[in-house]
Amino acid sequence: MIEARDITVSIGRHQIISGVDFDVQPGELVAIVGPNGSGKTTFLKALSGELAYTGRITMNGSDLSAMKPWQAASHRAVLPQSTALSFPFTVREIVKLGLTGGRSGALPGETERLPERALARVDLEGFAGRFYQELSGGEQQRVQLARVLCQVWEPVLDRVPRFLFLDEPVSSLDIKHQLIIMNIAREFATRGGGVVAILHDLNLTAMFADRIFVMHGGRLAASGSPEQVLRDELMSEVFECDLKVGALPAKGAPFVLPQSAGLG
Amino acid sequence: MPVAIIADTVVARRGTAPDGDRSRRARVAIVALVALLVATALFSLASGASDASAWAVVRGWLFASSSADPLSMRDSIIIYDIRLPRLILGVIVGAALAVSGTVLQGLFRNPLADPGLVGVSAGAGLGAIVVIVLGATLLGPVSGFLGIYTLPLAAFCGGLASTLLLYGVATRRGQTSIATMLLAGIALGAMAGALSGILVYMADDRQLRDLTFWGLGSLAGATWTKIAAAGPIIVIALLATPFLARGLNALALGEAAASHLGIPIQRLKYVAIISVAAAVGASVAVSGGIGFVGIVVPHLLRLLIGPDNRYLLPASALLGACMLLLADAVSRTIVAPAELPIGIVTAIVGAPFFLWILLRRRGVLDL
Repeated sequence: MIEARDITVSIGRHQIISGVDFDVQPGELVAIVGPNGSGKTTFLKALSGELAYTGRITMNGSDLSAMKPWQAASHRAVLPQSTALSFPFTVREIVKLGLTGGRSGALPGETERLPERALARVDLEGFAGRFYQELSGGEQQRVQLARVLCQVWEPVLDRVPRFLFLDEPVSSLDIKHQLIIMNIAREFATRGGGVVAILHDLNLTAMFADRIFVMHGGRLAASGSPEQVLRDELMSEVFECDLKVGALPAKGAPFVLPQSAGLG
Repeated sequence: MPVAIIADTVVARRGTAPDGDRSRRARVAIVALVALLVATALFSLASGASDASAWAVVRGWLFASSSADPLSMRDSIIIYDIRLPRLILGVIVGAALAVSGTVLQGLFRNPLADPGLVGVSAGAGLGAIVVIVLGATLLGPVSGFLGIYTLPLAAFCGGLASTLLLYGVATRRGQTSIATMLLAGIALGAMAGALSGILVYMADDRQLRDLTFWGLGSLAGATWTKIAAAGPIIVIALLATPFLARGLNALALGEAAASHLGIPIQRLKYVAIISVAAAVGASVAVSGGIGFVGIVVPHLLRLLIGPDNRYLLPASALLGACMLLLADAVSRTIVAPAELPIGIVTAIVGAPFFLWILLRRRGVLDL
């Protein structure tokens, strides 16, 4: 499991995160939601060791600040919001970078084909020979996810659970691929790993998250199951607009929820 | 920048395997480059102002006979004491400059970084000039202690200082701005040039001649002593670079992503900067400022085999050595019996090439 206690992050003199407590258990998909600028990404960066923090973060029992990069890399993989590339790599070459640490967990014979399998998983079969820069934003995001999946291909390795950190994994995807990616995350958790995802779509969050952490102004506003957290007054206060959970739109206005996929 | 990268990918796509795996092609290219280097080396050994035939010497060497023949004695001196050291110096300096360019480009995540353009060579040159001018007087005890290594070590220190300064100025939170890097390189180059100018002013006539010749870049003064002084430093620096390959590949995704993949970023940077400073410093110390090898070679190779540093680094060493030997052959023969400094030859080819890359990055030239 990953446990964070009293995390505070300052950049310059500006305190961005104040006293956040957080945890994610193996087998669980945890969503972090909140308005723009509420500190979600900053918190995830502290959790992945990218930003200095005060407080204490432990990953599978070890203190994160004492872990070497390659040790942390075998416990968790991180999908950033966007990735700008400096040289013209093919899609396969990018995905293969996920195998850099050599702890994917795939059997030795499988490793060579792992990039293709990961690409098939994110619905990019046949894209291996394409150039990354030629792809659309949504395709690039899925290539990065395939790379991240390669890094922690087995959600549990040597009986130690592993974690996926996803920063807005579905932000530039169409609804079909949103569902595909969220199902990959869901399955990763079901197979014994843990997932931390920053999400903006509250419907997807309600559909896939086991627990939700709501951030507001750099602090933790609430946490709990979707039923506990997605309440009118909390959502209205945090997102600063008058929201009604479960209310239908005015008569006749069409709406499409991700929950409707695969129904009837 | 995206336009240029797309232009690059259009060129690179020709012949790329449909599965996106260019490693087989890269290995074939490396074998071909080894063959090219052997051919270039033999050609370089056989050509020169004298008609000494390398083949005759090799034959004499193989069959261990006819060494009493005075003509072949003269030839063998020309080959062993003039052409062979020059050949070896060309190989190590060419490899050092090309690999330094590749490493700098990976480190700065920027295909326009070149030791000559960003002031690393100028800093190394300043270090070398300090020793040339003050070595006998002010720095007497130091150069007495370090012997033949004084010059390459001083150049290494100068190169290291300018690389560290450049990295500090041009990089913020792992992001390098191309413009800042090139402009900082101009400033560093100007500063090192000014300080060098002051020292040149203090130099005596003999030192001045040394400096002028050396400043333009040349392999002409190649001796076994120079190889003994620069060779070990360059070889050690080059042997360190394969260990950087995976880290530099991951760095293409950005500093944070590379770190998430398990790369110890700080250590990667230190080793990269020290290797570049050592390789460039030692090269500058023995052959002066030879520019553009570090930008032309990696650029051509990336179009051919892709940006994977595991193949790009050894291929850069091989092609860098070939190109410098060819440039040297041109510099020795084009105005024979006189000789053109090799830095002029590489600049005449390299500077337009650099402009061509810049033009493509502006999206003016379409490919």
